[in-house]
Amino acid sequence: MAQIRIVNLRKDFGSFNAVKSSTFTIEDGEFFMLLGPSGCGKTTTLRMMAGLELPTSGEIFIDGEEVGMKPASQRDIAFVFQMFALYPHMNVRRNISYPLVSQGMPRTAVRQKVHEIAEILGITNILDRPVGGLSGGDRQRVALGRAIVRDPKAFFMDEPLGALDAEFREHMAEELRALHDRMGATTVYVTHDQLEAMQMGDKIVVMNHGIVEQFGVPQDIYDWPATKFVAQFIGSPPMNFLNFHGMVGKGGTSVTLDGTAFSLPRMIEGANGDLTFGVRPEHIQFDDSARYRGRIIATEYLGTTQIVSLDTPNGQIKARIASHEAVGIGQTTGLRFDPRTVTVFDAGTGRALRSEANHGVLAHG
Amino acid sequence: MSFSVTEPSQRTKWFAGILVIGYAIITLVPLLWIIATGFKSPTDSIAYPPVVVFEPTLEGYVNLFTDRTRATEQMLEEAGPPTTWYEEIARERGTVITGQSRFGQRFMNSVIIGFGSTALCMILGTAAAYAFSRFRVPLKDDLLFFILSTRMMPPIAVAIPIFLMFRNLGLNDTHLGMILLYTAVNLSLSVWLLKGFIDEIPVEYEEAALIDGYTRFQAFYKVVLPQAATGIASTAIFCLIFAWNEYAFAVLLTSGTAQTAPPFIPTIIGTSGKDWPAVAAGATIFLVPVMVFTILLRKHLLRGITFGAVRK
Repeated sequence: MAQIRIVNLRKDFGSFNAVKSSTFTIEDGEFFMLLGPSGCGKTTTLRMMAGLELPTSGEIFIDGEEVGMKPASQRDIAFVFQMFALYPHMNVRRNISYPLVSQGMPRTAVRQKVHEIAEILGITNILDRPVGGLSGGDRQRVALGRAIVRDPKAFFMDEPLGALDAEFREHMAEELRALHDRMGATTVYVTHDQLEAMQMGDKIVVMNHGIVEQFGVPQDIYDWPATKFVAQFIGSPPMNFLNFHGMVGKGGTSVTLDGTAFSLPRMIEGANGDLTFGVRPEHIQFDDSARYRGRIIATEYLGTTQIVSLDTPNGQIKARIASHEAVGIGQTTGLRFDPRTVTVFDAGTGRALRSEANHGVLAHG
Repeated sequence: MSFSVTEPSQRTKWFAGILVIGYAIITLVPLLWIIATGFKSPTDSIAYPPVVVFEPTLEGYVNLFTDRTRATEQMLEEAGPPTTWYEEIARERGTVITGQSRFGQRFMNSVIIGFGSTALCMILGTAAAYAFSRFRVPLKDDLLFFILSTRMMPPIAVAIPIFLMFRNLGLNDTHLGMILLYTAVNLSLSVWLLKGFIDEIPVEYEEAALIDGYTRFQAFYKVVLPQAATGIASTAIFCLIFAWNEYAFAVLLTSGTAQTAPPFIPTIIGTSGKDWPAVAAGATIFLVPVMVFTILLRKHLLRGITFGAVRK
């Protein structure tokens, strides 16, 4: 079990810069999510940690030891691949025992250990089957078995649920999290699915274009996005952006949109120019007495809630309200935004302006 | 793997069956004819109209493996009555066996050179194909094209320079020389074929092995090679068939010690008149190793030919 520290990690493929100077720390025993859209550098980062890719510059510490240039076989880590990568010419038992065989463990000990692992994963009945005919879930379990059999310092998983059916994913995600809690091993998990990241992760790193956009616990990342990218990538539907030209003063507590003043958490940082007012869909209330108006253009019924699309003077937004509230398409309604939850972004750089509410989160991000 | 095919109608099946049987007959008749001729007497072998039903004899095989001379009274007296079945066959034709022919040795040359060059070709080809498939090789595309381009002319076009080179290097009429030559000719094909097969093997298998504590070479040896067995087998068959059947270089570059069977078999006619049964016997024996090799690997060959056609 180990702490993993990434310092100024960088990777270039020819002239393409895949990862730009990433720095973050994964604490011992954490379930850590590397989240981002495809091509953001999250898999490259993971592969560098595992030793499948050598960093262009920067350092990787596993358990305090710098391993950046060490081959994968000497890092004592386990990797679960998206397509599982079970050795197709071996049966389940040999697949799981393969990492032990490389260490020269005696045969009887290997047998016992494999049995132990199979019991944990509930796959004792398929130990002697070839891997070819296994279902997706069983393949996943065998891949996990091969990873945990060796008690490695850390587990690295590259979208391990990506190849499974949607229905089964949820189940496997729970199983994976339960397994992690039971073993307490540091786990680094790459995914592009923000729901998966929120559901399973102790901490999340959000990456985009090779840059770490934000680093923190899921709640902080959801509530206090550091950039417009994070605000849009996390949440479904994502955070609404109301663009305006104006200013927020340092220490200010309000902002004016289309002639209407909205309250904000007290700002630590001021700005002037093109700004974006960000509010989550569930923090919008309909109130006909409000001055700020929006015209309803569509609704989506989702059972307990509904998503209402509105045209406002500052662009289109989506609100999440209870499904029993009656809304008529084409009508206009007054809108209120929960002042405790809004974030103001610099529209040019996409960076969130610091307020008393998000200051603590952004400080270590 | 999943695919669906519309079940063909009964009539289509019959038609396809007849077509296949017809094709099989067309390809098999010359083969059967050669095998049959090997068991005919010289008279039957050149009879017109050709005989299909005949009394089989091993005379062709005896003639193939032995040197004989026309027997004089004195020689027959000295030799006494024939002690073996093959001597008896020779005596019936009024000849005595004076020793072994060179066919056995020529046949062994074919085996050594054919299988030797195939093995070398597989070792070098697999290594090169793996490197081209997995590593960032500078000028990769140009190198691959260059390798392919060596196959763009008929190999015999460079016969004279090769002949001169071999003479200067002392490789003329040596096993090593022929193995190297056939390897050089076959290597481009095997690198290309094998690269295709190795490209199809997901790189994750090796990465999993690397993480599981194996070295790059162990990962190649224990994980990639078993996966590539199909490709290696079918490529090996192609290489062996070329090296085994090659005639022009063998005529040009070998005459004695390293002469292979293809240039030797026609000379059998010359040594003792028109001995077609012996020639046919030589051809029949010559067919056996490639046939055995192909049958042993046929499962792989079939998979190799359809490789990549079906997406898994």
